[in-house]
Amino acid sequence: MSETTLEQPRLHGILAEFDDPDDLLEAAGKAHAAGYTRLEAYTPFPVHGLSEAIGFKEAKVPWLIFVSGVIGAFAGLGLQYYTAVIDYPMNVGGRPNFSWPSFFPVTFECTILFAAFGAVFGMLGMNGLPRPHHPIFGGKNFELASQDKFFLCVESDDPQFDPARVSEFLRGLGAQNVSEVEND
Amino acid sequence: MAPKDPLQETFIEGSGNTYLSLQDSIGSLTLDQKRHNRFAWWFPFVVAFGMLQVMMLAITLLVFVGTGIWGINNPVGWGFAIINFVWWIGIGHAGTLISAILLLFRQQWRNSINRFAEAMTIFAVMCAGMFPLLHTGRPWVAYWLMPIGPNNLGMWPQFRSPLVWDVFAVTTYLTVSALFWFIGMIPDFATLRDKAKTFVPRFAFGMLSMGWRGASRHWHRYEQAYLILAGLSTPLVLSVHSIVSLDFAVSIMPGWHATIFPPYFVAGAVYAGFAMVLTLAIPVRKWYGLEHIITLKHIEWMAKIMLATGLFVFYGYICEAFYAFYSGNPFEKAMMLNRMTGPYWWSYAALIFCNGLAPQILWSKKIRQNLPILMVVCFIVSVGMWLERFVIVATTLHRDFLPSSWGMYFGTIWDWGLYLGTMGLFTFLMWLFLRFLPIINIFEVKELFYKMTGRHGAPKPAAAVAGTPEKVTADE
Repeated sequence: MSETTLEQPRLHGILAEFDDPDDLLEAAGKAHAAGYTRLEAYTPFPVHGLSEAIGFKEAKVPWLIFVSGVIGAFAGLGLQYYTAVIDYPMNVGGRPNFSWPSFFPVTFECTILFAAFGAVFGMLGMNGLPRPHHPIFGGKNFELASQDKFFLCVESDDPQFDPARVSEFLRGLGAQNVSEVEND
Repeated sequence: MAPKDPLQETFIEGSGNTYLSLQDSIGSLTLDQKRHNRFAWWFPFVVAFGMLQVMMLAITLLVFVGTGIWGINNPVGWGFAIINFVWWIGIGHAGTLISAILLLFRQQWRNSINRFAEAMTIFAVMCAGMFPLLHTGRPWVAYWLMPIGPNNLGMWPQFRSPLVWDVFAVTTYLTVSALFWFIGMIPDFATLRDKAKTFVPRFAFGMLSMGWRGASRHWHRYEQAYLILAGLSTPLVLSVHSIVSLDFAVSIMPGWHATIFPPYFVAGAVYAGFAMVLTLAIPVRKWYGLEHIITLKHIEWMAKIMLATGLFVFYGYICEAFYAFYSGNPFEKAMMLNRMTGPYWWSYAALIFCNGLAPQILWSKKIRQNLPILMVVCFIVSVGMWLERFVIVATTLHRDFLPSSWGMYFGTIWDWGLYLGTMGLFTFLMWLFLRFLPIINIFEVKELFYKMTGRHGAPKPAAAVAGTPEKVTADE
């Protein structure tokens, strides 16, 4: 166990820099296999298999989008039902007030609109964005994580976290730079 | 099931590319403004700005005087406003096709052109949206179109009308396209934020990037959301032009009341859109040194899609004529004969030439790769697609069921002025985009480069050789 105070720990984690996405992928897999659970990798582009390599599996966003879409469908159809049947019924050529085939296009568009909102705001919300500042930005060379370097961070709330041991472990994985990231 | 691996093709040309060199050839367009200080940026920009003033003038006069300044009359109540609306909306569709449908089909080559095409979509839809609003003659009460109610008339929109469907389709399309575009740019904003040396871009991109830090958990959710957004945009884009076509097809007018309208409008939209993407991409890749990212292969494939959709459209024309005569309906027959031989015969003949015959030269590979000729074909197609809507609107409406209400329709100078003006607005926005936002998806180009050159779990070779892609593992 790490020696943490009741306050926020001094360190956010230990950050390792790699030159190559494949090296990072290997290292992430090994770190996960070594039992580290609080891992996070930072890359300039999505590297497939990386989130699985650090043991992250989640499918909440797709469900959220599905639910948003269903809400959108009911909202669109409900709007039309309320306006055309309840609030302002109008006889158009003797057709029933609830002439649902004509209501299909707007219902469809509302489904897509709500689902898209669900996708965008759901994704941002679950990622905790917008968040202008994060301790990881203080990491050494971290500005390159959006350019052409690949980072692996073992965070300080990992049960096996020990700065010296973790640093050594990461160096053993072939990291170029290993540095401490402070909480601020 | 793995689709045919298209990565054997050359998407990024040249040797000696690195993540950083690819990023810089795109990102420096934004960060190094000196790359723009030349004729290639300023000339189109100033011309577009001038055309934009024509638009402002045309709108101002319209608001003061009313739609009487246009050529619309009885019986032709739908003139340039509807023609140009459909034309612009159609142009926008290629952007969504490239960004969403090609993503679902895992066509990696789209990465070089999707951002650009998405911008085109948004700007084209903005131009399109203006026409129906101005066509009301009272754009200040355009909010009556939305179900904000009950408004001061005590009424709701009539949801059985395709015109109301249009309102929902177009606003949803604009919103979803803008979200898709913005979400796609967030990682690139982060890249530019970290690369920028001076305060203004650092701050602006810092705000826009929303604190993106490239964490793999974030990428994981990002990719889920992005893929599903593409899945949502695909039926959306098909629905938008289908609904636009229903404005015509739901009516009982001869020449409009046809079930082929939705698919044939969608094909026409994609056709016009690819013509516009090519018209913009060919000069831009040359002027801005992006020929290694938007390669000749991209140009050629876009030309092929144009040829294919052009054939769909031509098939639509043939079907329309066939229906008219086969239906036995005297009004349909009269309409079709009038379209081919009546006072507007020239527009129909020009339409068949522009959309049916001219693109057939794209069967030749040499011509697909000959950029000046390809540009000319794209221009012809753009004109042809405008003529298509002109033919549909004018030839059907100008001869009503009763000969006593027959008339002729021509646009006035203000019709043309507003049309020209929206082209100015489109180019103006496009050129601002070229200068201030990342015009090619930086992270997707990097990802593509990784897929072409990475090891993908294979042991580390002595020296990684660019351009010799390994087999890509399925990443579903």
